[in-house]
Amino acid sequence: MRRSSDTMRLLVPVLSLAALLAGVFYLQPRAMSYTGLNLLFNLAVPIALATVAQMLIMAVNDLDLSMGTFVSFVACVTATFLNDTPLLGIAILAASIAVYAILGVVIYLRNLPAIVVTLGMSFVWGGLAVLILPSPGGEAPAWARAIMTVKPPFAPVAIFASVLIAVVAHMIVMRSSLGVLIRALGGNAKTVERSGTSILKIRALAYGLAGLFAVLAGVALVGLATSADANIALRYTLLSIAGVILGGGEFIGGRVSPIGAVIGALTLTLAGSFLSFLHISPDWQIGAQGAILIVVLALRLLLNRLESRGATR
Amino acid sequence: MNALNRLLSRPWLWSFAAALAVWIATVAVTAGASSGGLTDAALTFAAFSVFVGIGQMFVITLGPGNVDLSVPANMTLAGTVALKLMDTQDSMILPGILVTLLVGLCIGLANYALIKALRIPPIIATLSTSFIIQSAAIWTNRGLRIKPPPVLADFATSSTFFVPNMALLALLVSVLAWVLLNHTIFGRWIAAIGQSMPAARMAGVPVDGTRLATYVLCAILAAVNGFLLSCFSGGAALNMGNEYLLMSIAVVVIGGSAVAGGDSNVPGIWGASLLMFLIVSMLNTYQFEAGYRLIMTGLIIIAVILVASGRQARPR
Repeated sequence: MRRSSDTMRLLVPVLSLAALLAGVFYLQPRAMSYTGLNLLFNLAVPIALATVAQMLIMAVNDLDLSMGTFVSFVACVTATFLNDTPLLGIAILAASIAVYAILGVVIYLRNLPAIVVTLGMSFVWGGLAVLILPSPGGEAPAWARAIMTVKPPFAPVAIFASVLIAVVAHMIVMRSSLGVLIRALGGNAKTVERSGTSILKIRALAYGLAGLFAVLAGVALVGLATSADANIALRYTLLSIAGVILGGGEFIGGRVSPIGAVIGALTLTLAGSFLSFLHISPDWQIGAQGAILIVVLALRLLLNRLESRGATR
Repeated sequence: MNALNRLLSRPWLWSFAAALAVWIATVAVTAGASSGGLTDAALTFAAFSVFVGIGQMFVITLGPGNVDLSVPANMTLAGTVALKLMDTQDSMILPGILVTLLVGLCIGLANYALIKALRIPPIIATLSTSFIIQSAAIWTNRGLRIKPPPVLADFATSSTFFVPNMALLALLVSVLAWVLLNHTIFGRWIAAIGQSMPAARMAGVPVDGTRLATYVLCAILAAVNGFLLSCFSGGAALNMGNEYLLMSIAVVVIGGSAVAGGDSNVPGIWGASLLMFLIVSMLNTYQFEAGYRLIMTGLIIIAVILVASGRQARPR
């Protein structure tokens, strides 16, 4: 029974991605090629990584409003320190992951609202990013560029990367004992505490992992964009939240789906391309994206209804 | 002693204390030369945060996950449409105000319709509508900057009895909000829903009606804020609402309302709004670079929340 409900949870994201993809192929048959697919999904890779990071935070019932500025900060570090003095760059990124882990602990210890703490942190990351790169610039490390532009056989790198992210995130969150504990913490923190597990440790690891995925998102973004800017990823905060929800995740209760989150990120990216193929006036591009979001969620409600009807029968 | 303890346990106290400290720190640097101007500016700009903050506070009080992300787009659309309709003519002010309220009403209805009919989490529902509203604003605005009617522009930028008009208006709204929240059945309903929706439903609280009214109230306040801000700053701009998204949430929480809902307070919004403005002007006075300014703002927000959380002995 549980398995079927998890499958249903994934059905909507998969269907909406397929429908959008069909729409894009119908409007622009040339997109149905190696290069076409690569162009369509290229930018989805960093968004998918940021979405997985946001999902880890949401799994413990928190919300990270600093995701966008943090990814921008990482992008700035990647395009400067990580490129010029790799060791220092790695140290900075490791320290920023440690900051995430500490935040996870402090929020719990002092019983702070995660929304406000991450809101405050978003100013801090944004400020650091501006200090590192006051104007757009920097250069992507050659290896990051190489990874993001590699041309594997059969399918473009964006597809392989998305599948890899989904599988790794699935293994960590759904299959490892840490993942079970993280989701359990979101479900019922008291039970986890009584079972003798340290909540502090789980929260530190969940936040640390989120920081790691967000760092990867920043590096991947710079690998694609070749240079960085302090505002490069501000949209990622809302995109990552929307991606998790589109993918079947929920705000509370530790109910998340890593595969769904990656698909949600792909869907959001594809929605942008779909709209430009539709020749919608630029004025209404953003609005149409909102409309797509609503349609997908309506679809999810419909399928949930069908499911519950099937259950009672 | 008892009275002192009671005062110290007020959740809004900390935001006012922090705002006062920052005000003193700023005025000290300029040797008191700018204290009048600074106070005026602080009251005016705090007023704009208060309008959206109060709306957001009502929504946040409804419980976990309730937040209105359409505030900035709403402000932009209302400001744009109203100024376009008034077309700098004083005689059109009343229709302008009416259309502002109408914009807010429609957006609030749309937000709650999505939340209720599609059972979408409010964050995502209001995010989706904000995309659509933003497009509508871009479409109506067309990059034009229409000036507000002179009477309105005058009113928005002047003072009565040495207090900026905007602050007086915000004070009036705050008092109304306080009465609504603490002394009417509607306010009790909101708090009850925020504490436990199933319990409120069983107790016979009209949950749907209350939530609908709350989202409409928030949207109308945001629309009014957009209208006033565009009158104050000499025209509507597409990005004018941007900073008010985070601001509206920040002032609610720093002001001492519970993020989890069910417990809110109006005075704290004023303290937090003043604090947020004063921090920025203090850092400007000290002539920090933009980057350091942002970092300091963030650290101060976190510090205030850390200090304020010390008092919470977990009620209930």
